[in-house]
Amino acid sequence: MNKVSKLTPIQKRRQRGAFSLLFLSFASLIGFGILQKNTAPVTYKFVLEKEWIAINEWTLDSRTGSYGFSCAALIFAIWAIFQFRRNKKIQLQSALGGFAILMAFLCWAASGKMIPFTGLLQGALLLSVPLIFGAMAGVLCERSGVINIAIEGQLLAGAFAAGVVASLTQNTTWGLIVAPLAGALISLILAVFAIKFSIDQVILGFVINVLVIGMTNFLYKKLLIPYQNTWNSGPILSPIEIPILSKIPLLGPIFFNQTIIVYLMYLIVAVIHLSLFKTRWGLRTRAVGEHPTAADSVGIKVNNLRFRNVIFAGLVAGLGGAYFTVGAVGAFGKEMTAGKGFIALAALIFGRWSPLGAVMAALLFGFADNLQGILSITGTPIPSEFMLMAPYIATIIAVTGFVGRVRAPAADGIPYNRGGSH
Amino acid sequence: MSVELRGITKSFGALVANDGIDLRVETGEIHAILGENGAGKSTLMNILYGLLSPDSGQILVDEKPIIISEPSDALAAGIGMVHQHFMLIPVFTVAENIVLGHEKVNGFGVLDLEKARSEIARISKEFNFDVDPDAVVETLPVGIQQRVEVIRALIYNAKVLILDEPTAVLTPQETDELLQVMKNLKKQGTSIIFITHKLREVQEAADRITIIRRGKIVGTALPTASQEDLASQMVGRPVDLTMNKSPAKIGKTLLEISNLTVTDSTGRELIHDISLDVHAGEIVAVAGVQGNGQTEFARAILNLEEHVSGSILVDGKDILGETVRGSLHSGIAFIPESRELDGLIGSFSIAENLILDTFDLAPNAKGLLMSPNTVTNEAVKRITEFDIRSQGANELVSSLSGGNKQKVVLARELSRPVKIVVASQPTRGLDVGSIEFVHEKIVQERDAGRAVLLFSTELDEVFALADRIAVMYRGTIIDIVPATISRSDLGLLMAGVKPKVSS
Ligand SMILES: Nc1ncnc2c1ncn2[C@@H]1O[C@H](COP(=O)(O)OP(=O)(O)O)[C@@H](O)[C@H]1O
Ligand SMILES: [Mg+2]
Repeated sequence: MNKVSKLTPIQKRRQRGAFSLLFLSFASLIGFGILQKNTAPVTYKFVLEKEWIAINEWTLDSRTGSYGFSCAALIFAIWAIFQFRRNKKIQLQSALGGFAILMAFLCWAASGKMIPFTGLLQGALLLSVPLIFGAMAGVLCERSGVINIAIEGQLLAGAFAAGVVASLTQNTTWGLIVAPLAGALISLILAVFAIKFSIDQVILGFVINVLVIGMTNFLYKKLLIPYQNTWNSGPILSPIEIPILSKIPLLGPIFFNQTIIVYLMYLIVAVIHLSLFKTRWGLRTRAVGEHPTAADSVGIKVNNLRFRNVIFAGLVAGLGGAYFTVGAVGAFGKEMTAGKGFIALAALIFGRWSPLGAVMAALLFGFADNLQGILSITGTPIPSEFMLMAPYIATIIAVTGFVGRVRAPAADGIPYNRGGSH
Repeated sequence: MSVELRGITKSFGALVANDGIDLRVETGEIHAILGENGAGKSTLMNILYGLLSPDSGQILVDEKPIIISEPSDALAAGIGMVHQHFMLIPVFTVAENIVLGHEKVNGFGVLDLEKARSEIARISKEFNFDVDPDAVVETLPVGIQQRVEVIRALIYNAKVLILDEPTAVLTPQETDELLQVMKNLKKQGTSIIFITHKLREVQEAADRITIIRRGKIVGTALPTASQEDLASQMVGRPVDLTMNKSPAKIGKTLLEISNLTVTDSTGRELIHDISLDVHAGEIVAVAGVQGNGQTEFARAILNLEEHVSGSILVDGKDILGETVRGSLHSGIAFIPESRELDGLIGSFSIAENLILDTFDLAPNAKGLLMSPNTVTNEAVKRITEFDIRSQGANELVSSLSGGNKQKVVLARELSRPVKIVVASQPTRGLDVGSIEFVHEKIVQERDAGRAVLLFSTELDEVFALADRIAVMYRGTIIDIVPATISRSDLGLLMAGVKPKVSS
C-alpha cells in the first residue's frame, strides 16, 4: 500500500526540483571545486565583432571560479527550497542555479583554455533552428489533434528540395520557395491518411519518414552525386545584419546577424504563439485538439481545420529543412537531418505543447549540442561520449523543476469521425 | 417556433435506432420524450441537431422543410441542444466555450471575449445562474457546466431547445431549478424538447409527452397520466412500481470500513476518510450524484484501487491489500458498475461466465483440468433459478440483452457462499422488468442475513431498497441517515448541504 502524501503533485514536483538542484550544487562544489587540482586560468572570450561596448574577455582562476559558481548554485538551491516551503514557483531559482552549475562546470572543464562564449551561444542558436522549426510544425499538428512523427521526413524533404532547386537555379530564393512546398507535400500524405482514412498516426508518420529517407537517398545516389555540378552545388544565404539591433553587446551578434531563415523563424514562432492563444483560429485549433465532438457540435469543421493545420505544419517544417542546405552548407547530404525531427518532437513535449516552451527546450538542446562540440575541440578531462550525455541529463533535471503539468492535447492522435461515438 | 419531424429512420448496421418517427413540437411547449435506455431518443435528437444524418425522413421548421446536415445548420435555424454528454472543452474557460464557433475578433484579429462576458452576466442574472465567465470548465461542478450549455444555447437565440437527459447528473434540488428554468423559457416562447426516462419530472414539467420504445413512437400522453400508465407504455406491458419488503432484522456487523482514503496516481484524493459499518440483514444505500467518488469507493472495497489507506474488515478480518480474488473469496459478492466492461466477458458463454472466479475450484475443476459437464449442468440450474432468457448455457453472453447479462452477473456472484453483497448501480440501463428482478434478489439477500451495500444514483431505487442511507458528496460520506428521511432533505445532502435540524 502506498502511503498517502499530503503534497499536491505540483508541490511534489517543486520539492523534487529544489532538492535535485541542491544535490547537484553539492556535487558541483565537490567535483569541480574541492577535487579540482588545476588552477590554471580559464578565459571567456566575448567579442565577436563590433558591438557598442566591447567586453573583450574575462579571465579567472579556474578553481576560484568553480568554487564561486558552485556556492552561488547552492544559494540558489536553498532559495528554491525556501520558495517551495512558501509554496511558490521555483522556475527562476532553477534557471539561475542551473546556469551557475554550468559555469562551474566550464571553469573546471576548460581550465587553462579559452571558451568562445559568444560563439558558444551563437552556435547554440544555429543548432536549435531546425529543432525550432520542427517543434513549431509539431505544435500545429498536435494542438489540433494529429500526431506528427513525420517531422523528420518533412525537414529532410525541405532540405532536399531547397538544395536541389537552389542549385539548379543558382538562386537561394527559389530554394526557399520550394522547400515549404516539399514539406507540405509530405504533410498532405499525413493529412490524407491520418484524417481521411483514420490510419494509426504513429505508424503512418514512421512510414512517411522511411519513405522520404529512401527517396532522397535514391535521388542522392542517382542524381546528386553523378551530376553534382548542376544538381547539388547550390549557393547559400548570406547573413543580414539588422542595423542597430546587431550592435547590442553580447546579444546583437547572436540574434541579429543571421540569415533570412532565422528571421523568418522568429516571425513564425511569434505568430504561432500569439495566434494559438489569442485568435479565433487558435481557439478552434485547441478545441479540435481537446474535444473534437464538442467543436463539431458548435459548427466547427473539425477535419477541415485539422487538414489545414497539418498542411501549415508541413510548410513550416519544410522551410526549416531549407536551413540545412541553403541556410548552412549549400549542398544536400545523405540523411543530413540526422534525427533532428525526433529531437524537435522531444522539444515539443518538454515544452508542454506550447510554442514558446518548445522554443526554450529547443534552445536548451541546441546549447547542449554545441557545448559538447566546443569542449571536445578545446579538449576536456572527460571522454566526449559523457560530454554528449551530461547536458541531456541536466536538461531532464531542469525539466522536472520547470515543467508544470505535462499533458498532451486530449484528442491528440485520435481520428474524428462523426457518429463514431454516442 | 415549431418543429416537425416526418418519417425519420436511422439504422446502425442491423439495429434500427429510429423507425419512421413522426413528431411535432409546437411553439412554446415543453414536449417530453420518454423512453427507456436505448430506445433511440438521443439518436433522434442528434439527427435534429445535425450530428447524425437520417437514412430517410424530413425536418420542418415553422412548416417549411429544411436540410440540417451540420450542427451549424441547426444553430442557424434556431435549434440549440444541451447534450447528454456535455459538449464543452474542459480546459477552456466558460467564456471561451461560449464563443467557440461564433468568435468575435477585434481589428487585429484578436479574440474579443467582452461581449460574451456581458451576455453571460445578463443571462446569469435573468435566470439566477451563478456562472463565472472566466472559470475553467473542468473545475466547475457538473450542474454549473450544464448551465453553461444552457447559456450558450440562449446566447445563440435558440427558439427550440433540446435537453437530452439533463437531469441524469443533477441533484434533486438542481433538477427542480432546471425544471423552473424550463418553465421560464417556455413563458418567453421557447419550445423545449425534454428527454428523460424519469416519470416524476415529466409529470411536473411537460405539456405533452411522446413515448418511444425500440425506435418507434408507441403513444402520446398528457402529464396527468398516471406513473403506472406511462411506465407501462414505456416498457410495453403493465408494471407495478411498488416494492414490498419487510422490516430489516439487523444482525452483527459484517462489513466495517474505517478511514478509507483513495488517491489517484498523482496523489489527488478521490475519496477521503470514509468510515461505514454494514450489518447482517440490512441494506445500506450509498446515495449521491454521479461522480462523487462512488465508483472508487466500491472498487476500493474489492481492492481494485491502487492507492488506498484505512481498513476494510470483512467479518472482523482486514482484507485491505488482498488480491481481488482474495477479496472475493473472503465472502464478498460484487456487482460492478459496468457489466459489459467489468462484470462479464462477452465472447465467453454463459456457463464460462458463471465460473470466472471459481473455474479452478472443485467441483468445476479436478486437479489441473476443468470438468465441462459439471460446469454446464451447474449453468443450466442457474439459468432456471435466475430466469436468464437465453438459448442455453453455451450461448455467448454478448448476444444477451442488458437485463439478462445482469442476471448472469447476479447468478455468478450470489451462488458463492458470501456474507456481503456490494452492488454498484445494479439496475443502470435495465428495462423495468429486470429492475424488478434485481430489486427482489437484493431484498432476498438481505433477508437471508447478508450485509448489502448498494450504490445508486437513482433516488427511487434508494428509497425502494435502503434501510439506511449513506450520502456521498465530493469523495466523503457527509451523513448517514435512516431511510425515513424526506426526499428533499436527502436532495440537500446530495448537494452537500447538511440540514440544521434533522428530524
Ligand atoms: N453511433 C452509434 N453506432 C452504433 N449504435 C448506436 C450508435 N448510437 C446509438 N446506437 C444504438 O442505438 C440505440 C439507441 O441509442 P440512443 O439513441 O442513444 O438511446 P437513448 O438515448 O434513448 O438511450 C442503442 O441500442 C444504441 O446502442
Ligand atoms: Mg440517450
